[in-house]
Amino acid sequence: MTGIVSYGAYVPPTRLAFATLGGRPAQDGGPEKAVAWNDEDAVTMAVTAAVNCLRGFDREQVDAVMFACTTYPFGEKQGAALLARALDLPRAVRSADFSGSLRAGTNALRAAVDAVRAGSARHVLVVASDCRTGPPGSSLEMNFGDAAVAFLVGDSDPIASVDESFAVADEIVDVWRKAGDVFVHSWEERFVVQEGYTPNLVEGVKGLLEQAGASASDFAKIMLYAPNARSHGAVVRELGLEADQVQDPLFGRLGNTGCSFALVQLAAALENAKSGDRLLVASYGDGAEAVALKVTDHVEKLESRRGVSWHLDRRRGVKSYDQYLKARNLNTTEYEVPDDQGLSATIHFRERDADISFVGHKCNACGAVQFPQQRVCETCFSKDDFTRHRLSDKIGKVLTYTFDFFFPTPAPPTVVTICEIGGARVHIQLVNIEPADVKLDMPVEFEFRRIHNSGSRPNYYWKATPFLAG
Amino acid sequence: MRTDAIRDKVAIVGVGCCQFGENWDQSPSDMIVDAAYEAYSDAGIEKPQQQIDAVFCGSLYSQKGPHECSDALKLWKPITEVSNYCATGTDAFRCGVMSVACGLYDTVLIVGYDKPKDRGVSGPSVMMTQVRDLPQTPAGWFSICASRYFEKYGASRDDLALIAIKNHHNGTLAPNSFLKREITLEDYKKARIISWPFGLYDCAAQTDGAAAAIITRTEIAKDFRQDPVLVKGITVFGGPNPQKDPHMDFLAWKPTIEASKVVYEMAGVGPGDIDVAQLHDCFSLTEMLSYEDLGFCQKGEAKDYMADGYFELSGKLPVNTDGGLKSFGHPTGATGVRMIYENTLQLQGRADKRQVEGAEIALSHNIGGHPTACGIAILGKA
Repeated sequence: MTGIVSYGAYVPPTRLAFATLGGRPAQDGGPEKAVAWNDEDAVTMAVTAAVNCLRGFDREQVDAVMFACTTYPFGEKQGAALLARALDLPRAVRSADFSGSLRAGTNALRAAVDAVRAGSARHVLVVASDCRTGPPGSSLEMNFGDAAVAFLVGDSDPIASVDESFAVADEIVDVWRKAGDVFVHSWEERFVVQEGYTPNLVEGVKGLLEQAGASASDFAKIMLYAPNARSHGAVVRELGLEADQVQDPLFGRLGNTGCSFALVQLAAALENAKSGDRLLVASYGDGAEAVALKVTDHVEKLESRRGVSWHLDRRRGVKSYDQYLKARNLNTTEYEVPDDQGLSATIHFRERDADISFVGHKCNACGAVQFPQQRVCETCFSKDDFTRHRLSDKIGKVLTYTFDFFFPTPAPPTVVTICEIGGARVHIQLVNIEPADVKLDMPVEFEFRRIHNSGSRPNYYWKATPFLAG
Repeated sequence: MRTDAIRDKVAIVGVGCCQFGENWDQSPSDMIVDAAYEAYSDAGIEKPQQQIDAVFCGSLYSQKGPHECSDALKLWKPITEVSNYCATGTDAFRCGVMSVACGLYDTVLIVGYDKPKDRGVSGPSVMMTQVRDLPQTPAGWFSICASRYFEKYGASRDDLALIAIKNHHNGTLAPNSFLKREITLEDYKKARIISWPFGLYDCAAQTDGAAAAIITRTEIAKDFRQDPVLVKGITVFGGPNPQKDPHMDFLAWKPTIEASKVVYEMAGVGPGDIDVAQLHDCFSLTEMLSYEDLGFCQKGEAKDYMADGYFELSGKLPVNTDGGLKSFGHPTGATGVRMIYENTLQLQGRADKRQVEGAEIALSHNIGGHPTACGIAILGKA
């Protein structure tokens, strides 16, 4: 039986209150959206969601990675291959990007299911992530949120089988972003909703129901992409759904997360799903796509993982709109930062194991773990006798720290530490913490992040973050 | 290793040092000429082209150090570039000393210089050439001992302030120093933080500058001047990168400990014999740890000695009598040679208002890299 074997999510802890957007003091519990901070982007969020999805699963068994994203920073250069490296997956992994449409998430999920059904892959990692930016001051800015979600699709013992799927393609210029555009652009909202979003999504859902010989009331939960809360409500009414059937679209807490949005809702639904529940997820973008799933009794055997609710509970308010603008590189400057070649591509190539995979090594002679990989052991001086040793999934501890006010960041200082990770010492930034809360020997875990933009390219590395249960 | 191989074989007969500072109107050549000609004059050298056998140059930022020196000074001689992070100046001096001690050359000129203020940044720039080891600011990497040391020994920024205040005071007494300004505890506390626990006054002033020394065989030293200063011992020692050293305890800098063991043996003296010292105060905590790492006091005792004024000009062992890197300025390649300059003046009784009475043995110390190398020189009266 083909279906979803595991899932994981990532929502940035940084939240921008609508009040802050409007220049008013933020109130506790007021509406807000999740925003990727300056060291995050669609790739870093995708890596963390995938790490959460793969927890407890053997990464060696993943034989394909499908990455859905409309905001991947490169036009030519694959995101899935970067994910595979960051996740330290086997080299012989099939990798593909899905882009160009907000349907990319369900496109990738369906492609994964088809590949497993056809027998060309046994375990496919599907990751959907988006980090879209609305023009400052616009309703798009208020409605967009950032998040990533990952599913492991497999050929046996799924927690939810994928039973039916249906799609329509449409040509309409309603919401778009040209190559090189920073902001999402939109035609008049009533046109977008009346001629684009609503009829397409309804056609997609009804098409699926007809194909499956089912009615909407057969489904325990229905997850719908929507550009905003009002249009979501309109489709719910048009499909005649009961309130308890509708998965919370999280407007005012998370926001519309682009191509990951419908699938983020699916991951949230799986957290509370019961064996036998039927689920329906529908996405929109240049047409619509709907997928029907059925929850199996394996859902109770999956160990608890970091899903949507875990992340929503973990939040930190953005102090000012100005900080948000800096974090998203939207503050204007008179002169562009002078371009340069940035990091040497050959050095990046040589150091992928350390920088992207966060892999050190263990000395076969004395057992010392070191990072980055050396030729001569720092402890026993034996030469070229090491075994690769992944650090990214380990728990470390802070040995010493400083607060650096010089490192360019929207909200100094940068917390810089030396952490011990299983004996290795690593000089690494610590995020998701206020300086006053940094303590010697505190346990930390590690997340893939953007470290800087030297060469006008995103440059990635890992950062420490306080260890959290769950 | 023969620890007595160079002891007392080499003598300093001339020293010079240009005005350190933001020398906007001076080229590297201008500063090199100022420092070298002062050293010539100090040594009574009138025909350097005939009297100097070789030139050793230390610079970190220049790609063409010895060539800039020989071109500026018109010394077409054997020329050598030495680069060793902040130990560059001491190491250039050491290479010159070894070349004289082995009998190859009679008289050698050592020039240390750097011109960081042509780079358009205030202080060191944040290096963005890697993704690991960030942020690559010296304040960031020298502060890594603070949290552990503070916790273990109960020290704090209040202790570091004493070093900043002392070195600012001493700097007012040195004619060629960059900063001639006293600071108060209040100034110290109000200053912005660069990288905790280092505020503005914990950080050395990066400046332009050049310093020079002329050395010769001890037997012929008095042909130059009657009060030559002898090189008792000198070494440079490397250590593991503290950012990844699995055995680092963040309480001491290993290169200083290792270098000091060797250099005391070379010189035939102990820490108790030192009358005046120039220590590498790139950051206040670096000087504080060095008191202990060099054996001036036991580990953890530095703050008590500081509270007693032990390292002040009026104390038992004055440290950084000319203001140190903090106030005199820190042109990386020049700093080690500038310390030789100051210690030579102290041993010759020429240090004016900052003179340490009766000084007979002087020590200078640099530590650089992450820090991964330390240079120490011990000089004595002939």
